[in-house]
Amino acid sequence: MRDPADLPAPSRRRFLATGAALSGGLVIACFVPSAARRAFAAAAPPAPAPVDPNAFVRIGADGTVSVLLKHSEMGQGVWTSLPMVLAEELDCDWKTVRVAHAPAAPAYAHTAFGMQMTGGSTSTWESFEQLRRAGAMARAMLVAAAAKKWKVDPASCRTEAGFILSGTHKAGYGELAEDASKLPAPATVALKDPAQWRLIGKPTRRLDSRAKVTGRAEFGIDVQRPGLLVATLARPPVFGATLERFDATKAKAVAGVVDVVAIPNGVAVLAKHFWAAKTGRDALEITWNEGAGATLSSEALRDEYRRLAGTRGAVAKTAGDVDAALAAAPTRIEADYELPFLAHAPMEPLNCTVEIGKDRCEIWTGTQFQTPDQAAAAKILGLEPEKVTIHTTFLGGGFGRRANPASDFIIEAVQVAKAAGKPVKLVWTREDDIRGGYYRPMWLSRFAAALGKDGTPVAWSHTLVGQSIIDGTPFAPMMIKDGVDVTSVEGAANSPYLAAIPAHRVDLHSPKSPVTVLWWRSVGHSHTGFAVESFVDELAHAAKQDPLAYRRALLPAGSRERRVLDLAADKAGWGQPLAKGRARGLAVHASFESFVAQVAEVSLEDGRIRVHRVTCAIDCGPVVNPLTVEAQMQSGIVYGLGAALYGQLTLKRGRVEQSNFHDYRALRLDEMPVVDVHIVDSKDKMGGVGEPGTPPIAPAVANAVFALTGKRLRRLPFALD
Amino acid sequence: MKLDINGRSHEIDAPDDMPLLWVLRDLVGLTGTKYGCGMAQCGACTVHVDGQPMRSCVTPASAVAGQKITTIESLSDDASHPVQRAWIELDVVQCGYCQSGQVMAAAALIRAKPKPSDADIDAAMAGNLCRCGTYQRIRAAVHRAAELAREDGHA
Repeated sequence: MRDPADLPAPSRRRFLATGAALSGGLVIACFVPSAARRAFAAAAPPAPAPVDPNAFVRIGADGTVSVLLKHSEMGQGVWTSLPMVLAEELDCDWKTVRVAHAPAAPAYAHTAFGMQMTGGSTSTWESFEQLRRAGAMARAMLVAAAAKKWKVDPASCRTEAGFILSGTHKAGYGELAEDASKLPAPATVALKDPAQWRLIGKPTRRLDSRAKVTGRAEFGIDVQRPGLLVATLARPPVFGATLERFDATKAKAVAGVVDVVAIPNGVAVLAKHFWAAKTGRDALEITWNEGAGATLSSEALRDEYRRLAGTRGAVAKTAGDVDAALAAAPTRIEADYELPFLAHAPMEPLNCTVEIGKDRCEIWTGTQFQTPDQAAAAKILGLEPEKVTIHTTFLGGGFGRRANPASDFIIEAVQVAKAAGKPVKLVWTREDDIRGGYYRPMWLSRFAAALGKDGTPVAWSHTLVGQSIIDGTPFAPMMIKDGVDVTSVEGAANSPYLAAIPAHRVDLHSPKSPVTVLWWRSVGHSHTGFAVESFVDELAHAAKQDPLAYRRALLPAGSRERRVLDLAADKAGWGQPLAKGRARGLAVHASFESFVAQVAEVSLEDGRIRVHRVTCAIDCGPVVNPLTVEAQMQSGIVYGLGAALYGQLTLKRGRVEQSNFHDYRALRLDEMPVVDVHIVDSKDKMGGVGEPGTPPIAPAVANAVFALTGKRLRRLPFALD
Repeated sequence: MKLDINGRSHEIDAPDDMPLLWVLRDLVGLTGTKYGCGMAQCGACTVHVDGQPMRSCVTPASAVAGQKITTIESLSDDASHPVQRAWIELDVVQCGYCQSGQVMAAAALIRAKPKPSDADIDAAMAGNLCRCGTYQRIRAAVHRAAELAREDGHA
């Protein structure tokens, strides 16, 4: 059997020029003008015109259906779930579907963001209509070709599992693909009624499993090319430092080292293999101008954040007279919540392979950000973007790190290849990854709330302090409003509790620092989920009410938050007795247009938090692949729980103190709770699943620990003493 | 040095301290074995040396000359090893980067313990990190792989 991963990734040039001939069949594209545009549509640049006629599907003479995936597979399952959407309308045999990453080209722009990218838990909803239409158009063209050949009315034809039938006629898609490719694409196509769906909604196993359990799946770090050198880069030891001078004599003496070159962000050692490149780098003698970054300390930043929290920031949301209501109330609760810098630490360290030719450049890498990366490489080389080919490999995890508006790991590799004049694969070590910046920002949330006589909150003040991710990026015009980075306050300024609180205010300080920051799985929700859901729990206890009942009373009846909260509580047996030494905590948080509630069951073992079970309920609207939704809930929980228990990066004299998985710990298998996932049967708006599982887990566990011990954990990672 | 990799003998010209991982990946071209940490913290580089799971990122190639080295590429020709079948059946993988190491660790476990307990699985697999969080399905898949192996008579 042929592995999906064996499908040759077409270069754009080859594909466009000869796609039809290569496949001997049908090629098709479609463009959805506005139906699929949603949250960011108003502010996003217009999506490109439908210029690429064969963007999404090819049908070979052998009946093989090749789906060109515009999104990057980084574990979240788009390699399977998105082809399911297209195959549903195409009515092909699922066993004939093969998948390859699409090249970087305008036809693959995100329908809401206007550029080719994977992020924000948007892939399924943003391409759902587009892929349905692509499948339906291809099917219609095959039917038209059959009808023409058989001289029958197209309406007499039906399709079934890759065949077209009419009366006594029957032909496979492969037999008709060549004819179909010569027909015009229909202007309009009818889509199936959801009641007719046979694939969408059905648990469907991944198409990339076989490649990934045999070691044959190609990640960026695995790319091999003739004459390719491996490079490592000595980067500045503190943020903002610059290179003063270096001596490469000892590095060049290392067997296997071929060249040493300086680029703006450091000194690269190029060698015949990684080990020589790393040994050579260790032998470099470098003097840096460390600058102001050398005095940076996370403790000092923390003090500064606490000082700022005592002042008014840019107001993101306000109603009523908060200060008067706080002053007048009989019961006033105040609390600070603090979260550290975090690295994404995907299992595959960052890497990028670059071959610069005459008037062209080829790049192989696992990226979430094809369009910005292509533009960044083109700019360095003085080329038009279309002269830069990006081959997207499988991504060994992304979590946001491979979606960098600064294109850092691409730019460095292109600069090294250019300076050396040789094809190069720049590979980061794990230490480079942990210390290399682009972190989830450090955050402080300061709350004050007043409770009325019945315990209901009557005033709510929430001041957030943390660096803006969006500031200074091309996203700023659409995502910073009135001095508020919307990603800084998401989940806080739009908290569903605020509507029930007559006086409320959410304000934001966005201090700058030399530390580079970036979106980390669930972005702003990664801190607001913890802060808001912990503080609401504090209010429930202060009001001497059950945390579930307290939340239910604040949330609108019929809301999707209430629906998942009720489902999770019911399935977890909320309120029912537990074994001695155990307690439950809950949290509910909406993010990326999905709604997730989690109940965590914890105990203390040898003074450490042990999470035994997590009951998770999600409403993400219509589900394409339930196996994916379940996997992503488990995944989001593991990612968030590992961070809550262990994750933190600290800076001392400008140096990041952690360096690898021994001191930047991740959750391990023996710490894995049993996770039960319950999916709401929902016809509401479709949301994402890659990120929404992460925000509720830290507060659910903290709330459980409070229920067990009476100790409120207000700082991540958790510390019991 | 002479290395026996997947049943073939390779004459390797490498420094004595060069880890087996980089010999496999960069000199022999077997890229299924992955680099994750370089300090035996994550298990992505797990191979078998004389049947025992070993972290190739901290094992100098010179130290295993003459021993039988098995990598993910030779676990089966066609994904038919019970661990691979169980992994596919239970839809374990996500990004997949750690899975070569997970599969090799699990294969060694069920060979040593044909009917592993939950505690055996925790002990054997806790050294293999997965940032995607596939642990729950890994646990189930190890049990399933052991069952498949017993059915096959492998055990």
